[in-house]
Amino acid sequence: MIVAYRKNIQDLTAQLAQYNKILVLGCGTCVTVCLAGGEREVGLISSALRIAYKLDGQEHEVLEATIERQCENQFIEDALKEIQDADAVLSLACGAGVQAIAERFPTKPILAGVDTKFIGILQEQGIWTEKCIACGKCILGTYGAVCPITRCSKGQVSGPCGGAHEGKCEVSPDIDCGWQLIYDRLKAIGRLDLLIEAAPLTDWSESQSGGCRKVVREDQRIKIG
Amino acid sequence: MNDYEPRILALCCHYCAYAAADLAGSMRLQYPPNVRVLRLPCTGKVDIGYIMHAFEQGIDGVIVAGCLEGGCHFQEGNLRAKNRVALAKQVLAEAGLEGERLEMFNLSSAQGNTFAEIVEMMTDRLKRLGPSPLRKEILL
Repeated sequence: MIVAYRKNIQDLTAQLAQYNKILVLGCGTCVTVCLAGGEREVGLISSALRIAYKLDGQEHEVLEATIERQCENQFIEDALKEIQDADAVLSLACGAGVQAIAERFPTKPILAGVDTKFIGILQEQGIWTEKCIACGKCILGTYGAVCPITRCSKGQVSGPCGGAHEGKCEVSPDIDCGWQLIYDRLKAIGRLDLLIEAAPLTDWSESQSGGCRKVVREDQRIKIG
Repeated sequence: MNDYEPRILALCCHYCAYAAADLAGSMRLQYPPNVRVLRLPCTGKVDIGYIMHAFEQGIDGVIVAGCLEGGCHFQEGNLRAKNRVALAKQVLAEAGLEGERLEMFNLSSAQGNTFAEIVEMMTDRLKRLGPSPLRKEILL
């Protein structure tokens, strides 16, 4: 899932200062699961905004809505009227959701209510960890399903750096050495042979460094004629 | 406001604080009449929205009173409430309202005197803080 974290209320009130009717729009997908921008957080942030405005003696109307998914036009339609009626939308979706809403409503101010952090998992209750940087060319199969690019602090694909100590990264003792994890995992599945061959140079042409990426599936596009 | 009397909402767990409040009454203990008790099956039922809405509506303070840690009838409801109270305090502070207006307490059903002390303590604290700036002059 995409993991996000709520923004500070003071930052939000400052950004929304010039709008009277504000719609706080939640997303029912990733940000609901990571407890940053679902229906409950919409309630919390809306309440906090109303309190902050009242304390400041300002008259703002703060409305609430949550849709299933903000990153797809079909779902955005569910909040069509609410979005149209608002002066501005505070989207609690990830960066993709915020931009999808903005593309659908070209003249409507859309603001981000959360900071989008990474693609990750719920490691344990209350702790989310990054697992994928969406580099565009997955090499997990070779590394025992432990991503060297994400899990190694230096993103090394050709082996450990030598800076690890007792399985922990030299960058921080809180971070596991990605290469220790890769080794342990490959040993556990009996595939240490995968490490014998030198890894080819990483192909970064599929990564974000080449600009905004696009996936085109001609088989999914409906064309007439 | 010299005649200011704080209005306090107490979200009380059925298994401890509510019974403790009952005991305080049976024991004829005196405590300030500023508190309005709302019984919940467990403090784990406390949604952060309950707290936020109470403050939005102008309550001066909120008490969340649950079982002693380790003694929750539902294993960890009071621990969940503890986290929610901490988050609510933080968000309220960011919004500009004193986090001290909200507090979580742990007590057992045998502690009628503790319940009375909690109400006294919170009433004193809220008198010091003054009325909530969001207070509406309505009769509860």
